[in-house]
Amino acid sequence: MTKRDKLIERLAPWVAVLALVVIWEVTVRLLQVPEFIFPSASATAQALVTFAGPIGMHSWQTLWTTMAGFALGVAVGLALGFIIGSSRFLYHACYPLLVGFNAIPKVAFVPILVVWFGIGSVPAILTAFLICFFPIVVNVATGLATLEPEMEDVLRVLGARRMDVLLKVGLPRSLPYFFASLKIAITLAFVGTVVSETVASNQGIGYLMMSAGSQMRMALVFAGLIVISAMAMVMYELFAILEKRMTGWAHRGQR
Amino acid sequence: MTALADSTSFVDFQQVSLAYDDSGNAIEDISLSIGEGEFVAFVGPSGCGKSTFMKLCTGLHAPTGGSVKVDGVEVGGPLKICGMAFQSANLLPWRTTLDNVLLPLEIVKPYRSQFRQRRAEFVGWARDLLRTVGLEGYEDQYPWQLSGGMQQRASICRALIHRPRLLMLDEPFGALDAFTREELWCVLRDLWEAQRFTVVLVTHDLREAAFLADTVYVMSRRPGRIIERREIDLPRPRDLAVTYEKPFIDMVQELRNLIGDIRSA
Repeated sequence: MTKRDKLIERLAPWVAVLALVVIWEVTVRLLQVPEFIFPSASATAQALVTFAGPIGMHSWQTLWTTMAGFALGVAVGLALGFIIGSSRFLYHACYPLLVGFNAIPKVAFVPILVVWFGIGSVPAILTAFLICFFPIVVNVATGLATLEPEMEDVLRVLGARRMDVLLKVGLPRSLPYFFASLKIAITLAFVGTVVSETVASNQGIGYLMMSAGSQMRMALVFAGLIVISAMAMVMYELFAILEKRMTGWAHRGQR
Repeated sequence: MTALADSTSFVDFQQVSLAYDDSGNAIEDISLSIGEGEFVAFVGPSGCGKSTFMKLCTGLHAPTGGSVKVDGVEVGGPLKICGMAFQSANLLPWRTTLDNVLLPLEIVKPYRSQFRQRRAEFVGWARDLLRTVGLEGYEDQYPWQLSGGMQQRASICRALIHRPRLLMLDEPFGALDAFTREELWCVLRDLWEAQRFTVVLVTHDLREAAFLADTVYVMSRRPGRIIERREIDLPRPRDLAVTYEKPFIDMVQELRNLIGDIRSA
């Protein structure tokens, strides 16, 4: 690949974003959609600038609650994944339960959480946690449970205890699965927080969008959407970079 | 090497049977004795319980009938004096070749507790071993940077690093091309000539068995029994050229016919 090709490849995503914005702007203007239904890109940008202060404050709230829920999800997900993945019995016993739990729309938990903890940051953190720990559990458990039996024989004959096998082979082996799941989990955590904020909070981007929507200030609502998506993208990229650094051996084909 | 087989037996099977479940015995009524330092090979049609035999021998599985003794003691659990290598090299991709070879020392007693203090010494062992199999200069490469044959060499080094008295090989060269396979026969032959550990080689390849082993056991179809014990009296050290000479070819042919009879029976 020449230098020029590389540059083009790098610019491509930005060009795509730009193209989308242009199409958005042109469509809204041509069809003369009123701003309180579908604001144009320029109106949204303007709202972003005008309300930079409140948007900043609310996004900070969303960001930290998401990260708190995510951190909790990683801790619990890792621990649970480790426990379930390290025993065939537990794997079979708990898997259907987890799948069943995951099938419940997490928004259904919000009213319960509000009853328990009141409105505010706690339900947001917990919703983010509930929604994001599942992929982590499944990935870590699968990584551990799919150990090659021959590798296990090689170590067991040496007198390796179950814990030795898990720490020396199982855990490093499941790291690529773990990091892959982090990328999914972080975006899901944003979904959880925002869902909870729209229903049960007076802070955060979700709340901001809800209240702006009720006043027909659609430009501000769209500004909120863009902020969430930008935050989620940045975090996703962060974990993608982390994944490459930590588990380069699993991505050797792309080097 | 027949003299060695006559010495007191190192691995001793007395009427051993094993059934994994109710579907019948995987192997049945196996009695044999392997002398210390002997090189034995097991051949037979696929599914004849050769790998089961390995599990019994290393103590990974207990027999459901009969007794297995290694070094005069009844086998009651995994035997640390065994090293194992399989058809797939199974190296850990996040460890360098050197660290892969060192892995058993991090686990097996008494080395595991000494690993930190004696690390430099252990690294020396690993480097020596890697040099003898022709992997000098590849110590810091990752397994996925090595060819299949090189990975298998490293896998054999890993099996030997804790200086086992019994080396178990389960079709170790099965996935390699013919030239690499013959190269590795010679590597294994030289290692064995130098260190004289006991080897149990499970294989489908009759030439491999006849070239490397002192004694070849032929197993029947499931339930696996030993139907033939053949001593290979070709002089040692054997050169690869031996495999193209008449006595060798005749012997392989005979073994081939035996297996052919089993398959058609």
